[in-house]
Amino acid sequence: MTPAIRFTEAAPGLRQEFRRFVPFLLAELRPKGPVVTPFNAITAAIMLTTAVLLTIRFATGLGSITNLSQDVPWGLWIGFDVVTGVAFAGGAYVLTFLVYILRIEKYHAIVRVTVLNGFLAYLFYAGALLLDLGRPWNVINPIIGNSFGVSSVLFLVAWHFMLYMMAQFVEFSPAVAEWLGWRRVRRILGGLTAGAVIFGITLSILHQSGLGALFLMAREKVHPLWYSEFIPILFLVSSVFAGLSMVIFEGSITHKVFHHRVGSRLAATHDDIVFGLGRICAGVMLVYLFMQTLVFVHQQRAPFLATGWGAWYLLELVGFVAVPAGLYAYGCLRRRLPLVKAAAAMALIGIVLNRLNLTVIGFKWYAPVRYVPTWMEIVVTLGVISAELWVFRWIVNRMPVLDFAMGHGERSTARPVAARSAA
Amino acid sequence: MKRRDALRVLGLSAGAVALARPRPVQAMTPETDDPVAVLVDTTRCIGCRMCEFACAEANGLPEPDGATEPSPDRDTSTTQWTVVKGYTVGERTVTVKRQCMHCLQPACAVGCLTRALRKTPDGPVTWDGGKCMGCRYCMLSCPFDVPRFEYDSANPRIEKCQLCSARVARGQRPACVEACPAQALLFGRRNNLLEEARTRIYTHPDQYVHQIYGEREVGGTSWLYLSAVPFEQIGFRTDLATTAYPLYTKEFLYAVPLVLTLVPPLLLGLRRGTAGAHEDEDEGGQP
Repeated sequence: MTPAIRFTEAAPGLRQEFRRFVPFLLAELRPKGPVVTPFNAITAAIMLTTAVLLTIRFATGLGSITNLSQDVPWGLWIGFDVVTGVAFAGGAYVLTFLVYILRIEKYHAIVRVTVLNGFLAYLFYAGALLLDLGRPWNVINPIIGNSFGVSSVLFLVAWHFMLYMMAQFVEFSPAVAEWLGWRRVRRILGGLTAGAVIFGITLSILHQSGLGALFLMAREKVHPLWYSEFIPILFLVSSVFAGLSMVIFEGSITHKVFHHRVGSRLAATHDDIVFGLGRICAGVMLVYLFMQTLVFVHQQRAPFLATGWGAWYLLELVGFVAVPAGLYAYGCLRRRLPLVKAAAAMALIGIVLNRLNLTVIGFKWYAPVRYVPTWMEIVVTLGVISAELWVFRWIVNRMPVLDFAMGHGERSTARPVAARSAA
Repeated sequence: MKRRDALRVLGLSAGAVALARPRPVQAMTPETDDPVAVLVDTTRCIGCRMCEFACAEANGLPEPDGATEPSPDRDTSTTQWTVVKGYTVGERTVTVKRQCMHCLQPACAVGCLTRALRKTPDGPVTWDGGKCMGCRYCMLSCPFDVPRFEYDSANPRIEKCQLCSARVARGQRPACVEACPAQALLFGRRNNLLEEARTRIYTHPDQYVHQIYGEREVGGTSWLYLSAVPFEQIGFRTDLATTAYPLYTKEFLYAVPLVLTLVPPLLLGLRRGTAGAHEDEDEGGQP
């Protein structure tokens, strides 16, 4: 039943291996901690509600649970789940660049958890795209080749999402092989990493910018403070600090919740890693601000500053890019961890603002009736995030993600300490 | 870095280039430089809405409500591909038939990743439900907000005027043109209709504003309009540039093959340059 068995060590031991494998898998499927926790109760309720809402949505159409209209075809699910979510997942390509291309060993300890996060983010948030498709059964069309819309930016983004998910899976697969104790498979997969990383970075450059390029044709609909022909470049540059800020933010939570899974190496260098990433963020944010200033001058945006939209624009760029950039620089210089974490949180808010301003808030800014998402759209978004967290937790509690030394070609013999979090 | 790694990366990239290389120029240019078109002379339109009824009958749509008066609030919908809007400009009442403009280089078709929306060789922009995945990127892209989506259906369709492409292919005129009792609609080849429109402006310079809407907007459309009053007063967007929409994404798409071919070797070189002591290490970190 498991084709994977074919890859295991020696043929004579197959049956024996199989006999060991099935109970192992069954044991691993069981929760590893208390099941009834406030977190579990809340997220389970959200996911159940999401399941009900999605049943209604697929039975009776998108209009039943969303506020989308003929005027506003893309709402929260695209603007937040996909466009913002993918920017947040940018940490994976930046980290693999630092570790496998520049070989900065310092960051090696967090590369697995970051790639896992990136992979799951794509799986769930880009997967959320399927919920938004009116005719999802045709999603295969641009892939199998009966209708290549090669002139479409969306065609490029769709292909790159798919290829990048595969590349990320290859990047993460050694951890799976270690978990299963498949040494030979682990060796083969490890050899694929460099290729997958190089391919993945290239794909990321193109689809991070491509998500912005989608809106190039909405020229007359997006507020001039956010529309420019440079959207793709701004998206690419901001995805660098969006991704790294997410790594810092998510890391600070992960290290508390999964304390028992963190290896000695990562525990010892975690602060150094955060300060290093913070410095990179500060630098990239300065570059981003410089580019935004150029665009501001080039597009002659000054007249819009005196309007309410102008204040909103300044809040985004000064309050949630310039200020966190300064906080990052100062916090890293003085080695103040709380400051850097605050900077990360603010930078993330800035990215949410920027992506939503372009895709939802500033879209059809002149229309008398504005789009506001229904509570159901928000619940489904939360449901997608909850599902991702559950899968993330399941993997981190089982596979060598936060602790590298633990699984080198072998399944760990020491069972981990009882988890604080279940499942 | 081992040679087989290098080959692997190059092979993968080449594959991706072959798959993803954009060909926007071919895809966005109409195959004929003189497509079919319709000239709407709003000074002749009497607002009888016969075109709406003919459209519904020809396309199997529900019959429009006969009691509605043309007004600015009316708009095309999933069940009405064309509507007659009405405006009061000074003492004049102007009625205007609106529908898909059938751009020469349509944003919807160039943005469609499944080619469900397509510029047919003769000019009409048509929709194919067998291909469409319902992503609604066409609605986001269309400068005239034409495509309509059935939000209340589990099997939703994109609804919009198809310029009676089947009738046109048979040599017939579109249903609305045939039904117009006031000769407000004129069907023909676009170049001829532009000549006709200019002739009307030259011979009656006081009756028309000296502009043919659709001649240059967004690179030109197959529906052309004449009016006695400025177009922005009868519901037309006059802030649209004359640039064809596909051009807005052309530069980005042209950069794609460059990035796909140039970035991997650059990364390979960088990786080799930083090799040093860690030559044999693999993903796991320690040898």
